[in-house]
Amino acid sequence: MNHKEGHPEFLAHHFAEPEQQHESAKFGMWVFLLTEILLFGGLFLAYTVFRSWNPDMFYNAHLALDRTLGAVNTVVLITSSLTMALAIRSIQLNRKKHSMYFLIATLVFAAVFLVIKYFEYSHKIHLGQLPGKYYTYTGIEGNNPHIFFGIYFAMTGLHGVHVIAGMIIISWILIRASRNHFSHEYYTPMEMTGLYWHLVDLIWIFLFPLFYLIG
Amino acid sequence: MVELVPEHKHHALPLRVYLGVAGALMVLTVITVAVSYVDFGGWNVVVALLIAGFKASLVALYFMHLLYDNKLYMFIFLSAVAFLVILIVFTMFDTVQRGRLDEIKDKPIKQQAEIYEKLKTDSLDVEHEGDSGH
Amino acid sequence: MNTIESPNYMNAKKGILSWLFTLDHKRIGILYLIGIMAAFALGGILAMLIRMELIHPGQDIMDADTYNQVFTLHGAVMIFLFIIPSIPAALGNFFLPIMIGARDVAFPKLNLASWWIFIGGSLFAVFSMYAGAVDTGWTFYTPYSTKTGTAVISMTLGVFILGFSSIFTGLNFIVTIHKLRAPGLTWYKLPLFVWGLYATAIIQVLATPVLGMTLILLILERVFQIGIFDPAMGGDPVLFQHFFWFYSHPAVYIMILPGMGIISELISVFAHKKIFGYKAIAYSSLAIAFISFLVWGHHMFVSGQSEIAAMIFSFLTFLVGIPSGIKVFNWLTTLYKGSITFETPMLYALSFLFLFTIGGLTGIFLGALATDVHLHDTYFVVAHFHYVMVGGTVMAFMGGLHYWWPKMFGRMYNEKWAKFAALLIFVGFNITFFTQFILGSQGMPRRYYNYLDQYQPLHAFSSYGSWILGLGFLIAFIYLFYAAFKGRPAGRNPWGALTFEWETPSPPPTENFDKDPVLRHEPYDYDKVLVERTYPEK
Repeated sequence: MNHKEGHPEFLAHHFAEPEQQHESAKFGMWVFLLTEILLFGGLFLAYTVFRSWNPDMFYNAHLALDRTLGAVNTVVLITSSLTMALAIRSIQLNRKKHSMYFLIATLVFAAVFLVIKYFEYSHKIHLGQLPGKYYTYTGIEGNNPHIFFGIYFAMTGLHGVHVIAGMIIISWILIRASRNHFSHEYYTPMEMTGLYWHLVDLIWIFLFPLFYLIG
Repeated sequence: MVELVPEHKHHALPLRVYLGVAGALMVLTVITVAVSYVDFGGWNVVVALLIAGFKASLVALYFMHLLYDNKLYMFIFLSAVAFLVILIVFTMFDTVQRGRLDEIKDKPIKQQAEIYEKLKTDSLDVEHEGDSGH
Repeated sequence: MNTIESPNYMNAKKGILSWLFTLDHKRIGILYLIGIMAAFALGGILAMLIRMELIHPGQDIMDADTYNQVFTLHGAVMIFLFIIPSIPAALGNFFLPIMIGARDVAFPKLNLASWWIFIGGSLFAVFSMYAGAVDTGWTFYTPYSTKTGTAVISMTLGVFILGFSSIFTGLNFIVTIHKLRAPGLTWYKLPLFVWGLYATAIIQVLATPVLGMTLILLILERVFQIGIFDPAMGGDPVLFQHFFWFYSHPAVYIMILPGMGIISELISVFAHKKIFGYKAIAYSSLAIAFISFLVWGHHMFVSGQSEIAAMIFSFLTFLVGIPSGIKVFNWLTTLYKGSITFETPMLYALSFLFLFTIGGLTGIFLGALATDVHLHDTYFVVAHFHYVMVGGTVMAFMGGLHYWWPKMFGRMYNEKWAKFAALLIFVGFNITFFTQFILGSQGMPRRYYNYLDQYQPLHAFSSYGSWILGLGFLIAFIYLFYAAFKGRPAGRNPWGALTFEWETPSPPPTENFDKDPVLRHEPYDYDKVLVERTYPEK
C-alpha cells in the first residue's frame, strides 16, 4: 500500500479522500445490518406461523416468562444504546476520555443484560421449560408448548450471541480508543460499532413484547 | 469518486436529543407493559407491535442517525423491513389458508347432482305418477 | 504489441503466500476461479457418473444408496460451490472494479476473507463425502433430512459458511458500484455487466441470510429435535420448504443475472453495434431481482401448501417472463443489422440465446398449476433447470471466460480449438438434456435409480450426449490452461471493445490502470467510435 503524498494514515490506497472512505464504510455497514435483519427475519417468520396456529398455547406458555426481568432488561439495553450513542457524540466533539467512559458504561450494561438473561435461562432449564425433546415441564396447557420455548431460546439465544459479539467488538474499539486511534477526524470503526449495537437493541425492542407481553 | 469535501460534515447532535429519545424509550417501555394487562382481544399484539415499531423508529432515526444521514441508508433499512414482510405475509398465504379447498370442493358437485336428481324425479313423476324414483 | 506488458498484477509479487493473502481483487478473482473450476470438475465427474449409472435400468456401476449420495453431491457442489460464486466471485471480482475505473473493491480485506470463507465452507461440504455422504438431494427437505443417518450437519454447515462468502461478495459489490465509480461514470454509462452484478448483489444480501437461518434451524432440529419441522411434535415440514425456497428461488437469479450481464456485453461487442434498449436491460435486471422474491411457492405446488398461495405464486411466476423477455428481445434487436462476427465468445452468446429461451419458456409450463402437477419431480424439471443453468449461466460463463481470458492472462487461446469445443458443448448439451424433456413429459421421475425399460433408449441417448458435453469442457480447459502460459500475446484490446478494462494493459497492472481512465464515450457507442476509427481524419 503506497500512500500518496498528503493522504492521512487511515486512508486506504483505493479511496480518493476520507469522506469517500467513511461513506463507503457506513454504506457497507447498513447493508450488513440489512442481512442481520433478514437473518432474524427467519425466526420472526417461525414465530408468526406457530403463534397463528397456537394462539392459546402461546398465551399460556408466555406466562412462564418473568415480565419484570424482561422489562428491566429492556431498560438496561436501551440505556446501553444511549451510552453508545453518547460515546460517539463525545468522539465527534473530540472528548476522548469521555468517549472511553461511555464505552465502558456500554460494556457494563451489556454484561448486566447477559447476567439477567443467565438467571432467566437457568430458571427455565431447572424447570425443564426447554425446546423439543428436552421439554419436561407439565404446567402449561395447549398443544406442544415446547415449540414456544424452542422459538424463545432460538431467538433470545441468537440475540444473546449478538450481545456477546457486540461486547467483543466494543472491547476492541475501547482498546483502540485507549491507544489514541480515534479523533473527531477519524472514528469510523466506533460509529460502525454503534450502528451494530443499536440494531441489537432494536431487535430486543421487538422480542420483548412478542415473548413477554402476549395479551 | 465524489467531489472533494475539505471539511468533515459530521456534526454532533445536542445532548438533549439523545437524552430525550432515551427518556421517550423508557416511557414507551412502561406504556407497553401497562397496556399488556388490558385485554383488547386480538388487538393486543397490534398495539404491542405499534409501540415497538415506534420505539424502533426512534432508535433508528436518532441513535442510528437515519434522520440526518444520506437517505439511501433509510432506503436500505426500510427495504430490509419490506422484504421481511414479504417473507412473512407470503408464507402466511399458505399457513393460514391450508385445506380451504377441501371445504368447498364437493359443493358444486353436490349442487349439480341435486339439480340432476330433481330433474330425474320430476320427469319420473310425470311418467309414473306416485313413483318417487330411486 | 508482441510481448506481455510488465509489471502486471501477476508478477508484481512472488510466492504462493503473496497469492493466498493478496488484497488485490484481480488475484482474488483468480483464486476464486481456481476454486470454482475445481468444484466444477468435481461436480462434472459426479454428473458423468450419474449418467453412466442411468444408461441401463438397474445397477450398472453403483448401488442405489450411493446413487442418492452422488446426485445429492452433484447438486450441492454445482449449486453452492460452483455456479453461485462462478461469475460474480471470479469474473466479477476481476472486472467489476476495472470496468468502473476503480483501483479495487471497496473492502479488499473483506474480499479476501470471503475467499477464505469460501474455501472453508467448501472443505466442510466436501468433507461430508467422507463423513457419510448426504443423500437428501441438494434441497435438504425435511422430514427426511432430519432423520437420515448421513452427514447432513457437515454439509449444511458448509453451505451456511458459503453463505457468508456470498454475502460478503455481494456487500462489497454494492458499495463498490455506489461509491467507487470513476469521475463522470454515471449509472446509465455503466457497462451492463455491472448492472447485472448489482442486481445479483442485491439478491445475495437479501436472500442469503434467510438460508443461513434455515440451515441453523435444520441443524437445531437434528441436534436438539426442537420439532418445528416435525409433524409428530406439532411442527410443519412444509414450513421448511418456504424457508428454503425464499432463498433458493432468488438464488437461481443469483446464478443467471450475472450471466445475462455478460451476454449483454458480448452481443454488443461482436455485433459491433450499440446495445438496443440499454435502460430496459438495466432495469429488467432489477425487476427480475425484485420479482424473484415473490415466486418461491411455485416449487411447492404439490407440497400441500394452500390453494390460494399456489394461485398467487403461479400468477406472480408468469411475471418473471416479462423482464426476461425484454432482455431477449433487446439482444435480438441488437443483433439485427449488426456486423456480426463469430469469435468464440459470440458462439457462446448465441448458444445462450437459443438455450436460455428454451429453458425460460419451459419454465412457464412448470409455473402453470395444472401442468406442473403432471410435470413436477420429473425429468422435465431436470431438463428445464439445466437449460437455464447450463444452457444459460454456464454458456455465459464460458463466453465471459473466453472474452476476458486474453485480458486476465494477456495471452490468446487457440481459436480453432475453442470453436471446436464450443460446438461439442452445444451439441452435447442438447443431446443430453433435450431428451430429458421428452423423458419427463412421458413421466420419468427425477432422482430415480431404476426405471422402466421403455425409457431406456432416451436415457442411453442422454448419457451419450453427456460424454460429448464432458469432452467439450475437457478440451476447453486444456487449451485455456495452455493459453494462460504459452498463448500468443493478446494486446490491450483484441476485440475492439469500448469498456474500461480494454484500455489498460493485458494483464492489468496492480493498480489496474497505467494512466487514470478517462471516459471518452459510453460503453456501447460503436456507431460513433467505428466511424471515428474508419475515418480518423474527419
